[in-house]
Amino acid sequence: MKVLVPVKRVIDYNVKVRVKADGSGVDLANVKMSMNPFDEIAVEEAIRLREKGAADEVVAVSIGVKQATETLRTALAMGADRAVLIVAADDPATDIEPLAVAKLLKAVIDAEAPGLVLCGKQAIDNDMNATGQMLSALLGWSQATFASKVEIEGDHALVTREVDGGLQTIRVRMPAVVSVDLRLNEPRYASLPNIMKAKKKPLEEKTPADYGVDVSPRLEVVKTVEPAARKAGIMVKSVDELVDKLKNEAGVI
Amino acid sequence: MAVLLLAEVTDGELNMDATAKAVTAAAMLGDVTLLCAGASAADAAQAAATIEGVTTVLVAEDPSLGHRLAEPVAALMAGLAGDYTHISAPATTDAKNILPRVAALLDVMILTDVSGIVDADTFERPIYAGNAVQTVKSRDATKVLTIRTSTFDAAGTGGSAEIRQIDVPAPQGLSEWVEDKVAASDRPELTSAGRVVSGGRGIGSQEDFAIIEKLADKLGAAIGASRAAVDSGYAPNDWQVGQTGKVVAPELYVAVGISGAIQHLAGMKDSKIIVAINKDEEAPIFQVADYGLVGDLFQLVPELTEKL
Ligand SMILES: Cc1cc2nc3c(=O)[nH]c(=O)nc-3n(C[C@H](O)[C@H](O)[C@H](O)COP(=O)(O)OP(=O)(O)OC[C@H]3O[C@@H](n4cnc5c(N)ncnc54)[C@H](O)[C@@H]3O)c2cc1C
Ligand SMILES: Nc1ncnc2c1ncn2[C@@H]1O[C@H](COP(=O)(O)O)[C@@H](O)[C@H]1O
Repeated sequence: MKVLVPVKRVIDYNVKVRVKADGSGVDLANVKMSMNPFDEIAVEEAIRLREKGAADEVVAVSIGVKQATETLRTALAMGADRAVLIVAADDPATDIEPLAVAKLLKAVIDAEAPGLVLCGKQAIDNDMNATGQMLSALLGWSQATFASKVEIEGDHALVTREVDGGLQTIRVRMPAVVSVDLRLNEPRYASLPNIMKAKKKPLEEKTPADYGVDVSPRLEVVKTVEPAARKAGIMVKSVDELVDKLKNEAGVI
Repeated sequence: MAVLLLAEVTDGELNMDATAKAVTAAAMLGDVTLLCAGASAADAAQAAATIEGVTTVLVAEDPSLGHRLAEPVAALMAGLAGDYTHISAPATTDAKNILPRVAALLDVMILTDVSGIVDADTFERPIYAGNAVQTVKSRDATKVLTIRTSTFDAAGTGGSAEIRQIDVPAPQGLSEWVEDKVAASDRPELTSAGRVVSGGRGIGSQEDFAIIEKLADKLGAAIGASRAAVDSGYAPNDWQVGQTGKVVAPELYVAVGISGAIQHLAGMKDSKIIVAINKDEEAPIFQVADYGLVGDLFQLVPELTEKL
């Protein structure tokens, strides 16, 4: 079975994001970019499936600017076998929408015919949490989102999902799209020899036109602003003072 | 303008709080039709019909709809979409699972976690873990959106909407429910609670989370946790507050042994009053706290519990 893993290049989760004063967006100049943390977990899971013999090939796919090559090289260094880059934008500030990403992924999948897609639950830049579900709909496949455990059982997958009430386990027919949550696994670090090896692994470069997919946005970004700041609080010296403030100043107890 | 809103129905029961909050947002867009779907949904529909601002309640009952699986519910909603300008749901894990699928079936973009409604086409939503708020205008004919419930007040009850039974499409048999692991609790539900006490890695163990539980019980509060506390096994996953967990905005949020990473703040910084207890006076949580108390939680929290 082939496993396809979509990986997105995003601002590193440790970076303090700054909103541009003119409301035009977030400042991406000279900030550290990394693989979306959820996608690292998806790559790790795909590699473990291959190591267990449940999968025989792991293909990483990224859609975005040319620099997403680095993200794909990271996936290859972790252990993915090959990669496909779809260059869909020149400007790093252009975010390709989940619907367009899903259409491009569908086109790749039509050609590659994987048995499983493992994607992240959400991209930490746009916080959409949508691409996997949309892709699954376009393919007419089954879906299992927010996975904290994945077991392959023949032509089905048993997936435990993190939901509001606790955990839900479902059995999905393959091929399926599974989106992964934080507790599925701990992604490995790529070793130096593997980083070197990754440079020689195949990385194919495409454009949306190759697949005949229109990536023009459906949403127009009117403005991007900083959220309202909280007013500064105070430090209290003791539990007694805290109780007094909560009772008599805040009136919440 | 007509809005189809997926009511939050779990095992035949309506989640009134999440649904009524989403109704408040949906009512700004047009006439609201609520969809109650489930293996049994009649009781939920009765309850839903009382929410003010709802004109019609559609009841879809079929065993295939029993466990909130995405495929059958999305197929049902996509089939109904023709009559509506907007399709929406409260941003629960169920709706986050289902609504993007509906949008793709309709070939439209989804707007997730909408925190503000500007007009019928224009919405606000947080991005970058709440570090920025984006205003976006949709060019799609049908708008599909999930609504962040923590920013809207619940609509009142006392209404009496018309209730109508509807047909359910034949199931595709793609997914099958196996089991739910839900911890029963007498405590208030995290996303609707007026008070929340959360513990972080500083608590140090599952046993010591009892300190948090005692304080929560004294306050009649729900319990939350940081990702580190959940990952370390001190607390169950459904207690996680943050960018990738639950978003809460109670009257009172008490953060204990939580450093205040941006991903945690994303889930609680709209709380009315924030209290932070941490031994590190430099902890970023103090930057959003109304009242900060520096010290050892193992001493301060029991003392606070006693003095309340
Ligand atoms: C993609 C992604 C998504 C994430 N999503 C979330 C999310 O949804 N929610 C979330 O919470 N995090 C999330 N995180 C994790 C986040 O970045 C932080 O790692 C996490 O919030 C830290 O949890 P913490 O504050 O409990 O632990 P720490 O940062 O380790 O802080 C522990 C605190 O406890 C204090 N402490 C220790 N002992 C005591 C004591 N005896 N008395 C008093 N204070 C004490 C310490 O001073 C410290 O400040 C996410 C991370 C990533 C990469
Ligand atoms: N541009 C992209 N390239 C590759 N994968 C993507 C892209 N955008 C989203 N994805 C995948 O879809 C997941 C969810 O993203 P989102 O729906 O944007 O929150 C991510 O974790 C990735 O696995």
